[in-house]
Amino acid sequence: MKVAVLMKRVPDTASVFAVAADGKSVETGGLKYVMSPYDEHAVEEAIRLKEQAGAEVIVLSAGPPETKETLRSALAMGADAAMLVTGAENAGPRGLAKALAAALKRMAPDLVIAGKQAVDDDASQVPERVAELLGIPHASVITRFALSGSVATVDREIEGGSYTLEVPLPALFTTQKGINTPRYPTLPNIMKAKKKEITEVGVAELGLGAGDLAAGMAIESVSLPRQTRLKKIIEGEPAEKVRELVRVLRETEKIL
Amino acid sequence: MSVLVILEQRGELKPCAFEAAWAAGRIARAAGMPLHAVYLGPALPGAEQLSGLGIAVVHAFEDASLAHYTSDAYVPLVTGLARELNATVLIGSASALGKELCASVAAQLDVELAQDVLELGWDAGLTARKPIYAGKVLADLRVSSVPAMASLRPNVVAVVRDESPVPEIVRHPVPASAPRIAVKEVTQAPPGTIELTEAKRVVSGGRGIMGPENWPVLKSLCDALGAALGASRAAVDAGWIHHSHQVGQTGKVVSPDLYVACGISGAIQHQAGMRPARIIVAINKDAQANIFNVCDYGIVGDLFEIVPLLTEEIRKVQS
Ligand SMILES: Cc1cc2nc3c(=O)[nH]c(=O)nc-3n(C[C@H](O)[C@H](O)[C@H](O)COP(=O)(O)OP(=O)(O)OC[C@H]3O[C@@H](n4cnc5c(N)ncnc54)[C@H](O)[C@@H]3O)c2cc1C
Ligand SMILES: Nc1ncnc2c1ncn2[C@@H]1O[C@H](COP(=O)(O)O)[C@@H](O)[C@H]1O
Repeated sequence: MKVAVLMKRVPDTASVFAVAADGKSVETGGLKYVMSPYDEHAVEEAIRLKEQAGAEVIVLSAGPPETKETLRSALAMGADAAMLVTGAENAGPRGLAKALAAALKRMAPDLVIAGKQAVDDDASQVPERVAELLGIPHASVITRFALSGSVATVDREIEGGSYTLEVPLPALFTTQKGINTPRYPTLPNIMKAKKKEITEVGVAELGLGAGDLAAGMAIESVSLPRQTRLKKIIEGEPAEKVRELVRVLRETEKIL
Repeated sequence: MSVLVILEQRGELKPCAFEAAWAAGRIARAAGMPLHAVYLGPALPGAEQLSGLGIAVVHAFEDASLAHYTSDAYVPLVTGLARELNATVLIGSASALGKELCASVAAQLDVELAQDVLELGWDAGLTARKPIYAGKVLADLRVSSVPAMASLRPNVVAVVRDESPVPEIVRHPVPASAPRIAVKEVTQAPPGTIELTEAKRVVSGGRGIMGPENWPVLKSLCDALGAALGASRAAVDAGWIHHSHQVGQTGKVVSPDLYVACGISGAIQHQAGMRPARIIVAINKDAQANIFNVCDYGIVGDLFEIVPLLTEEIRKVQS
């Protein structure tokens, strides 16, 4: 069985962000880059399948050349091979998904696992698009995955509950926190990862043209959220503090 | 030329359906286009609820097989209708299922999608404000592909109804299909449970609650406030509560009027989930805790003393 994992390299969201001079993007100098947190869950789930059922795990990413470092981390977690798609850096989610789907078509995996959201642009749509382009069934935000033969049973989160779904493979799923705890790579596995192959493929080679990659959405400006919290510490004896809090919530804020 | 809005249901129309319809109605008016809505589910519950939102026509796909969302069944119907109406704008809800539906429909229509937006606007085309970098940055976007698609985050707009009448209902046949995905079981939270992302008030507990046996302390406050219960990742990782309660970067983003953080230190990843709250109250015994830098009102004190007093005081003023 072949399992493909979609992985994106993103700035660590613990970073401090500043608006760049163009007003349309953030300063990238000094940002630390990591594997998007939900993708760690996706890689982990794939490696568990490899351990349980002997799957071959291939990690796929579209991004700049530095993405190779992050692919290396996934290989160190236990993935077998990696592929980097280049030339889709300026595409929107629509074009990006086309590039990833084209690469996956070549791989013909039985299962695709992705994160539910990449925490840079928080687009929250690339995997679903990929599945639709490939014409395979899919379910998002899953917190449990079990495989029996060629049918996956998954729990998918909804507001205030969950669905248990049965989905025949090939299929695509996106992971939510709670599905597993991603492992840390061990030193021997980090060494082994250095020898594993990272294939590079350009978008032209995948048959994509400018029309496929043109972004139909543009950022006109970015800003930092207004952070004008009152930061008012209420002093006094415990009972007084509570009374004062309730008073301001009622009279000043009109919440209660 | 029209604006089309997707009305999400779970047995009943969800609050986010009215929010999306209201936001789409404003776009329709600004753009001078009629507002159409699409409903998929069992028999449409009470069309009169849809008055006052400016909806001209509701396209209803009513069938028991559509009671629960699956991409297989929903995506072709919404895609087909958007094409048939030649929709210029297509708006959905950024709920768990709504996001999946919108992403899939956008792929089928081969258009771009602004997912999980806080505001929508019309300026010779669709504009939207969307949080990026886990909410630490706001992006103002323009969607130029047609139909221009966006999904609206639940609980961020206040619906104000006007005089517009109950919309015309056009019932569409639901073709028999052989869905690949089977919904085996639907687990609902016990009735009366308030969903975090939709809650107007949220009370959250962190490592400071010391153990799962102490949730009743916070639950009493939740009951008094009519609030949903949230948690920090530390509390979730300790196994004290299900991760569906987690607020933060890897949990849920909540947008209540009131957020009460109890025994939570205020880590940056927790802030990512509570940032949209209108008023944040922090209760923490450590005066140096970072949560006091990101709250509106803070009480330095032991939550086991403060929270019961607060619950009692709220009950008192409410009676
Ligand atoms: C990639 C990544 C993603 C993450 N995602 C999330 C996320 O989604 N959500 C999230 O919450 N965290 C997330 N975290 C974890 C985050 O960094 C913090 O570790 C976590 O939020 C801490 O939880 P806490 O505030 O409950 O615990 P602590 O930081 O341990 O704070 C406990 C607080 O309780 C106070 N306290 C103790 N006893 C009492 C008492 N009796 N009365 C009053 N106060 C008391 C203490 O003074 C302290 O301030 C993430 C981390 C990473 C690296
Ligand atoms: N450039 C990319 N390369 C590989 N996978 C991606 C890329 N962008 C998004 N994904 C996958 O899609 C998921 C959701 O991302 P997004 O739709 O961008 O929020 C991520 O968690 C990844 O699994």
